[in-house]
Amino acid sequence: MTGVDTALIQAAYIIAAILFILSLAGLSKHETAKDGNVLGMIGMGVALVATLWLALRGAAWGNAVGIAVAMAIGAVIGIWRARRVEMTGMPELIAMLHSFVGAAAVLVGFNTFLASGSGAGEGGGDGVHLVEIFLGVFIGAVTFTGSIVAFLKLSARISSKPLMLPARHWLNLAAVVVSFGLLVWFVASHSIVPLGFMTAIALAFGWHLVASIGGGDMPVVVSMLNSYSGWAAAAAGFMLGNDLLIVTGALVGSSGAYLSYIMCKAMNRSFVSVIAGGFGSDGAVSDVDVDYGEHRETNAEEVADLLTHAGSVVITPGYGMAVAQAQYPVAELTAKLREKGVDVRFGIHPVAGRLPGHMNVLLAEARVPYDIVLEMDEINDDFPGTDVVLVIGANDTVNPSAAEDPTSPIAGMPVLQVWNAKDVVVFKRSMNAGYAGVQNPLFFRDNSAMLFGDAKERVEDIIKAL
Amino acid sequence: MQIGVPRETRARETRVAATPKTVEQLVGLGYDVAVESGAGEGASFSDEAYAAAGARIVDAEQAWGSSIVHKVNAPSDEEIARLRPGTVLVSLMAPAISPELVERLRAAGVTAMAMDAVPRISRAQSLDVLSSMANIAGYRAVVEAAHEFGSFFTGQVTAAGKVPPAKVLVAGAGVAGLAAVGTARSLGAIVRATDARAEVAEQVESMGADFLAVEMPERDAAQASSDGYAREMGEEYNRRAAELYASQAPDVDIIITTALIPGRPAPRLITGEMVASMKPGSVIVDMAASNGGNVEGAVADELVVTEGGVKIIGYTDLAARLPTQASQLYGTNLVNLMKLLTPGKDGQLVLDFDDVVQRNMTVARDGELLWPPPAIQVSAAPVASTSSSPAASGRQVTKEPEPPKDPRRKYVGLAIGALVFAAIAAVSPSSFLGHFTVFALAVVVGYYVIGHVHHALHTPLMSVTNAISGIIVVGALIQLGQWGGGLGAVVAVLSFVACLVASINIFGGFLVTRRMLTMFRKG
Repeated sequence: MTGVDTALIQAAYIIAAILFILSLAGLSKHETAKDGNVLGMIGMGVALVATLWLALRGAAWGNAVGIAVAMAIGAVIGIWRARRVEMTGMPELIAMLHSFVGAAAVLVGFNTFLASGSGAGEGGGDGVHLVEIFLGVFIGAVTFTGSIVAFLKLSARISSKPLMLPARHWLNLAAVVVSFGLLVWFVASHSIVPLGFMTAIALAFGWHLVASIGGGDMPVVVSMLNSYSGWAAAAAGFMLGNDLLIVTGALVGSSGAYLSYIMCKAMNRSFVSVIAGGFGSDGAVSDVDVDYGEHRETNAEEVADLLTHAGSVVITPGYGMAVAQAQYPVAELTAKLREKGVDVRFGIHPVAGRLPGHMNVLLAEARVPYDIVLEMDEINDDFPGTDVVLVIGANDTVNPSAAEDPTSPIAGMPVLQVWNAKDVVVFKRSMNAGYAGVQNPLFFRDNSAMLFGDAKERVEDIIKAL
Repeated sequence: MQIGVPRETRARETRVAATPKTVEQLVGLGYDVAVESGAGEGASFSDEAYAAAGARIVDAEQAWGSSIVHKVNAPSDEEIARLRPGTVLVSLMAPAISPELVERLRAAGVTAMAMDAVPRISRAQSLDVLSSMANIAGYRAVVEAAHEFGSFFTGQVTAAGKVPPAKVLVAGAGVAGLAAVGTARSLGAIVRATDARAEVAEQVESMGADFLAVEMPERDAAQASSDGYAREMGEEYNRRAAELYASQAPDVDIIITTALIPGRPAPRLITGEMVASMKPGSVIVDMAASNGGNVEGAVADELVVTEGGVKIIGYTDLAARLPTQASQLYGTNLVNLMKLLTPGKDGQLVLDFDDVVQRNMTVARDGELLWPPPAIQVSAAPVASTSSSPAASGRQVTKEPEPPKDPRRKYVGLAIGALVFAAIAAVSPSSFLGHFTVFALAVVVGYYVIGHVHHALHTPLMSVTNAISGIIVVGALIQLGQWGGGLGAVVAVLSFVACLVASINIFGGFLVTRRMLTMFRKG
């Protein structure tokens, strides 16, 4: 390896790293988001070309063919999935992609160990390098199984209820402690046995970690796994001594961590409490017998009438809209009302849906213009001047007890204050409580009416009645 | 079953117990509706409109002969005589102050349900005619006052001089009082309101009026209202309230009094002396004139002008002066009652005395006197009383407020972290520290870059980060490219698989991001 080659490859990596940063920066606004994505692609292209050059110098033809075949298969699968995926299925796809990063990190970690087992490779077989390998494999394995469980839960292949093993917190702690013990053994012995043991433990740990978190906390879980996949890549960077991997991994890791932080803040819960299990899992659900009064039922014609005479309408969708695939009729309803001169806007709670920003993507897919889709802080002050609020498949995110009842399990969680509007229509399948298992006094307010049934059908009924 | 809607016979009554719109809803519940010819005349509803909505137009005999009779006012003696035993009669009855009426209804063997005995609980609000009528009456009170008042309500600056805004004092901030406050405010007046219940101050202020509190040395805990209505107040309170009214009377132009305590004569708020202290041309509307009046000198159903030129309006038919709207709201209250009484939506009325709303409203059935009903506690009672008696509310869990965190702990934690890192760094090779520098800076850059990402773009952000974390392919590529005979086949297979899955991420991630981003469009 000559000095010039190394310098060129380093330059390419630095350029790629900067392009990645610019790519993420571009995503901050709708106007620049597409450019950002393109910058990311260019960055990836630069990095791949440089790496291939580095990897294939003096390599046999067979190696080149192997790389080409592997990448071609990967590309075909990736392109196929990306074209086929439904927007409602985005959370599953994202979770699946996380698991791939985790799997790759585990494989690269093992390979690094096997390749450097004889004492070769950067940093030699010294302690720091072994720790890097160990951590990389650990994080990768946790990401791998955790993401698989998240994928299975999101695609409803397994129940999204939290798994409640006895002494689950102790199990988690034991997994971490034992892994640490294995790390000491690994560094001391340079043996693959502790590494293998740890991988098995980490795989089980990742599985259990996500299995014990309920469906409604998935936005946090998915962004947490996003973060882990980044740290896994960064750890791989450390073990390979590759700054590009470190930079990219750190970017992704901090991005996921930041998203998790936003999601936790939006639920007024600490990160630890989300990871430690679902709402009310510690038996904190307090009230059952409080008389909230009786709800009022309405029908599609009445709602249509209400909407026709309204000056301003706000729609607050939740996961229920995605489940019912109601985004298309909702978009049609929006277009119709806007034609009639009604001011229609959307209010999105940060944790609505199963993925950060999920509702925005669904509405965009149904061709709702993004400038009428507002986030919670932008729209909360406008509810008192709003004539009608349509709550479609949302529950905990519009629960007044979060703001008004300090004993409620969701007390202090910022919510969309829909009850300040003149009329609220709640689309719901039944009177069941939401994810947090907390009754919603909104349904019993004098200005709320319930419209029961499948959200998609009900919205279509309203469109007909208009 | 047939619902009869007879014509109201009381003097000055213009309302009717059903409108074409509510008839339609009653028919929808499975009932036959028979409306007496001309019943809706006073409220501008023609017989044809009723017929078009699905009602039969009948004579008085047939309307009264129905198995259910809907009325606005309590029936007169002749009307009671027309009712068959077993008929369900629904109307206003004021059972608390008219025991002789209740007794006659009992003797007639009818099932009598008083629309003005709906308990004040939130789920019964949709049938509460006192609220719906009080709302109308409050509005009309202001309109009547404006009609008699010789000036603008709103202040104006005109070429011919400045007009000061009228000052309106509303006594009692119940439904009627709040409606009056809102109406007077929207006409542009300066509005003040008082109420014995200090907890309504917020509602008054939300309507844009000033709340004048009666200063009490200490609040009597027992005065917190548990049934949602105002109660009679103590001596000391009354004295201080009188002082407040006496000081306000000379200043304001309009006084509207709404103080009614169910089943009692109305409290005297404004004395003759206070009336005399008002400016000539001032107007007082006494909305409690039917129960004796809040104002000295008020005469029910009349407009009295005092020697000092103050007009005192004592109309008791304020709601009936807006007959169309009043009938519609009253009719809707009745429809909501019938929904409650017709669980099967099959036109069969079912009375369920386990339901406090139905039990409370029914004053007589099958010759049995059911008034007064057993006491119930209102769910909307003030928060203070529930927190002092947790047993009543079922909420036993009280969360300890978290103690504020000691800021020193944060600094100590940071210091420990720095020391641990320094210790690790001291034993690490320099190449590690170089990489770690890059890592730390990248984390900080990532945090700031991501912090600016728009909420709506979080999903594309995640898929892009998915794609770029596929950069881990770099590791697999080098291993696969440099693989030679010296390394086992395991390495080759592992790196092949790693390369494959990472490629899925790269291609899938970027592509799906592009697909999503093209969907976002501006309106």
